[in-house]
Amino acid sequence: MAEKEKLTIIVLSGELDKALAAFIIATTGASMGMDVTMFFTFWGLNILKKNEGGVKSKGLMKKMLNFMNRGGSKRLKLSQFHMFGLGTAMMKKFMKESKMPTVDEFITMAKDMGVKLIPCSTTCGVMAIGEGAFREEVGSLAGAAYFLNEARQSKVTLFI
Amino acid sequence: MKADHTLDCVGLYCPMPIVKTAKKMKELKTGEVLEVVADDKGIKQDMPAWCQTTGNECLGVEEGGGEIRVYVKKTQK
Repeated sequence: MAEKEKLTIIVLSGELDKALAAFIIATTGASMGMDVTMFFTFWGLNILKKNEGGVKSKGLMKKMLNFMNRGGSKRLKLSQFHMFGLGTAMMKKFMKESKMPTVDEFITMAKDMGVKLIPCSTTCGVMAIGEGAFREEVGSLAGAAYFLNEARQSKVTLFI
Repeated sequence: MKADHTLDCVGLYCPMPIVKTAKKMKELKTGEVLEVVADDKGIKQDMPAWCQTTGNECLGVEEGGGEIRVYVKKTQK
């Protein structure tokens, strides 16, 4: 194949269902030989946060924010039917029975397939999220210009 | 239909049959045929679409006994 086609996805949402949709499209794109970039901003950053370890943030207010907004691929909730965790637990059970990969597995799979996972530098700055808060698969921080440069060369651009 | 390799994707939903096919196809030599066995009906649309994008040839789809068999010939460079 000549020049690889590009697919760029902005992930603003941090819910389980939306994260899965984003990763299904991303891994399929990579399987189709596309060059895939996922740009995570705002609540979407929660998907990339480490599941283990304490809150890594400076200042009392920001520590509180990051404690409340803990994140981590295993803590994501459904956007509907969360029902204090019952709905999400049920959906996770159904997905496991259907042999569907978890968000955690999707992140590893995407990385192995060459998908770039880019956190938004502005959100990280505003919410005082250090790079140490993210799992090892995550690439370096970038801003809107990086996203637009990728997007303008992309055949497909999605906002989730 | 005759195939050189078989990939079992029974019980797997989208996107796993496609993800696994893409991975498996890297092991094939040009001209070889891969048989993908699945039960997610989406594969009947997905595999021809995947072939169109990647430049491989979808030889055919067979259905029976709750299983779908798709044959893909490696023609991409």
